[in-house]
Amino acid sequence: MKKNVEYLYKKPESLTDETTIYCAGCGHGIIHRIMAEVIDELGIREKTIGIAPVGCAVLAYDYFNFDVTEAAHGRPPAVATGIKRSLPDRIVFTYQGDGDLAAIGTAEIIHAAARGENITVIFVNNGTYGMTKGQMAPTTLPGQRTTTTTKGRNTAVHGFPIRVCELLSTIDGTVYLERTKIDSVPDVIKTKRAIKKAFTYQMENKGFSLVEVLSNCPTNWKMPPSQSFEWIRTKMAEFFPPGVYKDAGAGK
Amino acid sequence: MKKVILSGCEASAEGAIRAGCSFYAGYPITPQNRFPEYMSDRMPESGGVFIQAESEVSAINMVFGAAAAGARAMTSSSSPGISLKQEGISYLAGCELPAVIVNMNRGGPGLGDVTPSQSDYFQSTRGGGHGDYRTITLAPWSVQEVYDLTYLSFDLADKYRNPVILLADGMLAQMLEPVELLAGKKRLPKKKWALTGCKGRMPNSIKSLFLTPGVLETHNWKLARKYHRISEREQIYNTYLCADMDMLVVSFGTCARIAFEAIRIAREKNIKAGLFRPVSLWPFPSEALKNMAEKVRKILVVEMNCGQMLDDVKIAVKNNSRIFFYGRPGGGVPTPEEILKEIKRI
Ligand SMILES: Cc1ncc(C[n+]2csc(CCOP(=O)(O)OP(=O)(O)O)c2C)c(N)n1
Repeated sequence: MKKNVEYLYKKPESLTDETTIYCAGCGHGIIHRIMAEVIDELGIREKTIGIAPVGCAVLAYDYFNFDVTEAAHGRPPAVATGIKRSLPDRIVFTYQGDGDLAAIGTAEIIHAAARGENITVIFVNNGTYGMTKGQMAPTTLPGQRTTTTTKGRNTAVHGFPIRVCELLSTIDGTVYLERTKIDSVPDVIKTKRAIKKAFTYQMENKGFSLVEVLSNCPTNWKMPPSQSFEWIRTKMAEFFPPGVYKDAGAGK
Repeated sequence: MKKVILSGCEASAEGAIRAGCSFYAGYPITPQNRFPEYMSDRMPESGGVFIQAESEVSAINMVFGAAAAGARAMTSSSSPGISLKQEGISYLAGCELPAVIVNMNRGGPGLGDVTPSQSDYFQSTRGGGHGDYRTITLAPWSVQEVYDLTYLSFDLADKYRNPVILLADGMLAQMLEPVELLAGKKRLPKKKWALTGCKGRMPNSIKSLFLTPGVLETHNWKLARKYHRISEREQIYNTYLCADMDMLVVSFGTCARIAFEAIRIAREKNIKAGLFRPVSLWPFPSEALKNMAEKVRKILVVEMNCGQMLDDVKIAVKNNSRIFFYGRPGGGVPTPEEILKEIKRI
């Protein structure tokens, strides 16, 4: 028998054994996994405090193996502010959907960014309200069908989508803003790198960072997972170009 | 002991800091602007955190975060702002987090005005936000009591892991009075449930969501038992000139103070009125009021609203035909003479 077993792949310590409620092919699971890997790799599990949103990830406290609180819909950045300011040496992150962050919680995210709170925001943009079964989100694409835009989003009636990274990049309080996607393995690896940077910046007290992840919702988009990844690649990435929108932390 | 001159806002803020409050988030609104102003200087001075939030919604959710992290945390506002805080207060109650919320009540509904009112009695004592919950509600009648009850609010919040509302008004907020800054004991309890990072223990979580059938009902019954315990143990009231009284005035806060003056004048005219003053509005001191009411034939309830505490008096006393009401809503403040007239009339 070999004495030193070297694992090539295993469940991160930062994830529990709980079965998630996520639909087959949903991006939330992938994003949880790479966040957990990052937190393990940085050795910060025991000092990390997460804030779960109202949305599909509402049960995140059951999936992450560290301290997690719930927050009212859209309020995670305010809750994170209260936690981080009370315990400045802990690592605090919010995990938010597009309805949570860019509709009901628009004020909270903008002002947490403006205050330059030293927190990490993982923003999962799946272009719809997953939890409530697929209504229009502030990031629903023009023409995209949802249960409240059954004929497709008509910008003259339903307004325009909000580009969060671009919007936040005008705010001096932000340090690192990157948009990634998870439609391919290289992109998942890129996303993990971005998330790691965002947490590292917080550890180095650099300030506010947000990683926007273009993710999928096969159930409510009414397409198989493979096609939903194609939608991210072709449709979403066109309207929401991936890239680094701000990196004021490098070498700082 | 030496006294200092403070406004109600300052007295509450100072009481909070001395009670070990290390986190304040607020948003300006008249008549409590002095509160965030005072905190913006004193909090950093005392090693705590002051944040001027972007809204009352955000402020109460910051308080939620600080409370979850184990800090003694508070916010203050006035009526329209307290409406916005109801979301957070409901979550605090559901998650069983301690926090103190000060309401310097002004006239409503809507934007109303900025003068003193007691129109938020129902909102404070009936829950205010969604769900089957209660908030402990304390009502001071002097600046000294604003200080003392703020102190007590933090102890009660921690003791029961429940939000506590200090319900004062625009008068008490801005009035200057001498205050003795009594050095009460700082009882900062250990909070094993707090989110501090899971080093050396299993992870903690804070939540009010219970999707498994029956679990939320169980949680609600657990809360109900807690509210029952609070009801039994934490009723606070005062009585004045009740030993030889022929009639009883029931009033709270600023209004009780004006009523007391009316009673003093009445006594000069040989009208033997007494005063019952609930200090805890929830839990309402029903039993004590019932006993006091048995000594008199007539009871006059005086409030700066259209009759809200009146309901609780009726529940306590039961015999409604003996209960009379005088109120001034919408920022109206009664004079002692007005109340005296009512005392004479009934
Ligand atoms: C105050 C409030 N309004 C509405 C809801 C209902 N609600 C629950 S989840 C949700 C949308 C979540 O969508 P998103 O943030 O995009 O996350 P996703 O579910 O897609 O992951 C809504 C509207 C709520 N819980 N609270």
